[in-house]
Amino acid sequence: MTLKLDGKVPEGPIEKKWDNHKFNLKLVNPANKRKYDILVVGTGLAGASAAASLAELGYNVKVFCIQDSPRRAHSIAAQGGINAAKNYPNDGDSVWRLFYDTVKGGDFRAREANVYRLAQVSASIIDQCVAQGVPFAREYGGTLSNRSFGGAQVSRTFYARGQTGQQLLLGAYSALMRQVGLGTVEMYPRREMLELVVEDGAARGIVCRDLTTGKVESYAGHAVLLCTGGYGNVFYLSTNAASCNVSATWRAHKHGALFANPCYTQIHPTCIPVSGDHQSKLTLMSESLRNDGRVWVPKKKGDKRSPETIPEDERDYYLERKYPSFGNLVPRDVASRNAKQMIDDGKGVGETGLSVYLDFSDAIKRLGLDKIKEKYGNLFDMYHHITAEDPYKVPMRIYPAVHYTMGGLWVDYNLMTTIPGLFCLGEANFSDHGANRLGASALMQGLSDGYFVLPYTVGDYIARTKLEKIDGSHSEFARSEAGVAELTARLLGVQGHRTVDWFHRRLGKIMWDDCGMSRTAVGLESAIGQIRELREEYWKDVKVAGSADDLNQSLEKAGRVADFFELGELMCLDALHRKESCGGHFREEYQTPDGEAKRDDQNYSYAAAWEFKGVGKEPELHKEPLTFENVHLAERNYA
Amino acid sequence: MKLTLKVWRQKGHNDKGSLVEYQAKDVSPDMSFLEMLDVVNEGLIKKGEDAIAFDSDCREGICGMCSLVINGKPHGPELGTATCQLHMRTFSDGDTIVVEPFRARAFPPVKDLAVDRSSFDRIMQAGGYVSVNTGNAPEANANLISHHTAEKAMDAAACIGCGACVAACPNASAMLFVAAKVSQYALLPQGQPERAKRAMAMREAMDDEGFGNCSNEYACEAACPKDIKVENIARLNREHLRAMICSDE
Repeated sequence: MTLKLDGKVPEGPIEKKWDNHKFNLKLVNPANKRKYDILVVGTGLAGASAAASLAELGYNVKVFCIQDSPRRAHSIAAQGGINAAKNYPNDGDSVWRLFYDTVKGGDFRAREANVYRLAQVSASIIDQCVAQGVPFAREYGGTLSNRSFGGAQVSRTFYARGQTGQQLLLGAYSALMRQVGLGTVEMYPRREMLELVVEDGAARGIVCRDLTTGKVESYAGHAVLLCTGGYGNVFYLSTNAASCNVSATWRAHKHGALFANPCYTQIHPTCIPVSGDHQSKLTLMSESLRNDGRVWVPKKKGDKRSPETIPEDERDYYLERKYPSFGNLVPRDVASRNAKQMIDDGKGVGETGLSVYLDFSDAIKRLGLDKIKEKYGNLFDMYHHITAEDPYKVPMRIYPAVHYTMGGLWVDYNLMTTIPGLFCLGEANFSDHGANRLGASALMQGLSDGYFVLPYTVGDYIARTKLEKIDGSHSEFARSEAGVAELTARLLGVQGHRTVDWFHRRLGKIMWDDCGMSRTAVGLESAIGQIRELREEYWKDVKVAGSADDLNQSLEKAGRVADFFELGELMCLDALHRKESCGGHFREEYQTPDGEAKRDDQNYSYAAAWEFKGVGKEPELHKEPLTFENVHLAERNYA
Repeated sequence: MKLTLKVWRQKGHNDKGSLVEYQAKDVSPDMSFLEMLDVVNEGLIKKGEDAIAFDSDCREGICGMCSLVINGKPHGPELGTATCQLHMRTFSDGDTIVVEPFRARAFPPVKDLAVDRSSFDRIMQAGGYVSVNTGNAPEANANLISHHTAEKAMDAAACIGCGACVAACPNASAMLFVAAKVSQYALLPQGQPERAKRAMAMREAMDDEGFGNCSNEYACEAACPKDIKVENIARLNREHLRAMICSDE
């Protein structure tokens, strides 16, 4: 049977689709909701907001997270802000403009209807978060403040200092804790989902490992929500938290959920440069810094003078020069690629030559030190801590780093994957950002999915589907548990010579070199070969110490890296098949004479959804055609 | 740099623990403290020994997961810094560093340096929220909040829930943690309807979890990686008193 991809986009004009759809969705009687168990994996913005909202509606919710508390999910680290089409500054914003900017920012590789809905509900998200007591920045008169952000010419970003993700997540976490207190949510921290249980073709449960005791546990439900974030850690070094991984979605993929656009990764332009081999992660500096900081390199190659001694006319403010209307606020992929170009040209700065300047001296002169401290204080402190350089006195040095993955499990308009009953929300799905995500849109999407989309669509699934009652003692659970135990034994059993981190670093280097900021067919083909070899070596030579029946962090990591090998190969395959450049996917063979991404709308205007056929076997490609009826396909131009 | 580490090793909750000595060689001053431990762990794994278990996640000072007591100080010697943001340049070549978990009755040990801080979640469940269901919110600009008030609420809301305040306190009190949340909501109009109930319920939950009380040592403020001020504790005490005397609930 060949799988047919149906995005289930509702009929009608784009402004009416979501409203019509909500009316057409079936409802579950309030008194019946408590009869349904919903499993939510992950407690970032998407997971926490969905779990709280579903519990408020009356469903029985079980929530799982990998950390010791749901409050620690990696959404917490998002700094800059959240977009919403409130048009408070009266500067010409509207739902339509946010929709337009997001489709264009994604380089015309997102599904229009989803993006429109995202823009539509954006205003409600701000209302909801403010009502929860999220302390957004305020003007002196008491109204909410806005700032501008990369990829937009209006000020539509709401923020709470440089900790917007933290405050939004704590809002959702508080709502979740309230439900736990009320007894509508059961919380399972320090659990890692290691298997999806599919029964009669529908997702009916998960198998987890209790990370403290090592016990393998089964949980059954009527629907499963994967809200497990992105897979940037496949690159080893990224701005992701240590525990961010692909295992939950990958194992669902192996059960038949298609994985869409895996090669769309976002490289964030403003990160603190790498200092040495020991480095375990890269730290992002919010791109809100680009509002007041000016990016430059010396005009002369290999100029080793200290920045303050380089006169104005010997500096190249290359973003302002090349993109006069957007200047330092060009989208992330454009800013990153330009930094790489400067560095490849030998104009990089700092000891390693692997960075460019982000200079605040003009802004400090213009606005005063106090204003800059108030706006960016915590980011400046963080930079100072890490680099031992004071950015109030010398320019920051920045370099691009992997930050976000636009690809993920393919979902329809209802956020359901190709496995009935399995939903995927937030960064873990592929839906809204196309080939490039605009700044301050990730928080918006996570909360849109969790607060305002999924609570409607999951009810429709439940109301329309007859689901037999099952529990964890069902045979499919026993089989899955055995599979998990076997994988654990296999990882512990290799007892080779190299640590998991050694392999992970190697994999990361291959991915960064050949499937990173720019890609070529030759590089990708070679990467696929190298990954396969390394994966084979992994299963022969990895060494995992400790046992399976207590807290064993190297064992946890070993399972995640095993999945990263398989994902990495798929990413390269996807990047190789897409013979065009779009957004974060830049193929050197396909560029305009000015070095910008050159799309091929004739042949590649589709979402590439891959079906798993076995490890090391060619996956099958399914295409969801993308049509643009409302935003006209155009070359993305920020000049 | 070359360092001697004395690290608390404890197999599980019910096992006895002890300090075990390790040598850390080739430590770069640019490493974070946790990256230094990563390197030590790689060495242990290669020798087939169980790695030192410790909690960490974001490694940029915001998730609150890292939780080490370094030379007797939660999150180490540097002020306003979480363990993950502490760099080895803070130490000198040849130093001996003692690494222990956060210790408190309400933070039972899990393994080695990892402890169970779910008591904080339970305090939050008692009242650390505004009861507003999704979809119920008024227009965001309907309530005006002065810039000053919003900033003060944000100062309190910056708490990352790491528990360093508890580990630093001679009474293992969670007052600073509770005070930060109570303050955030007490300052904002959204928090008013449940203001009294919240102050009472969260204080009570804190006591039930086995945290101690406050005797004004201010050790919590000194250890806090986010500079949460003890003035929040004063506010919590006022809120609590107000709730007991004036509340009609």
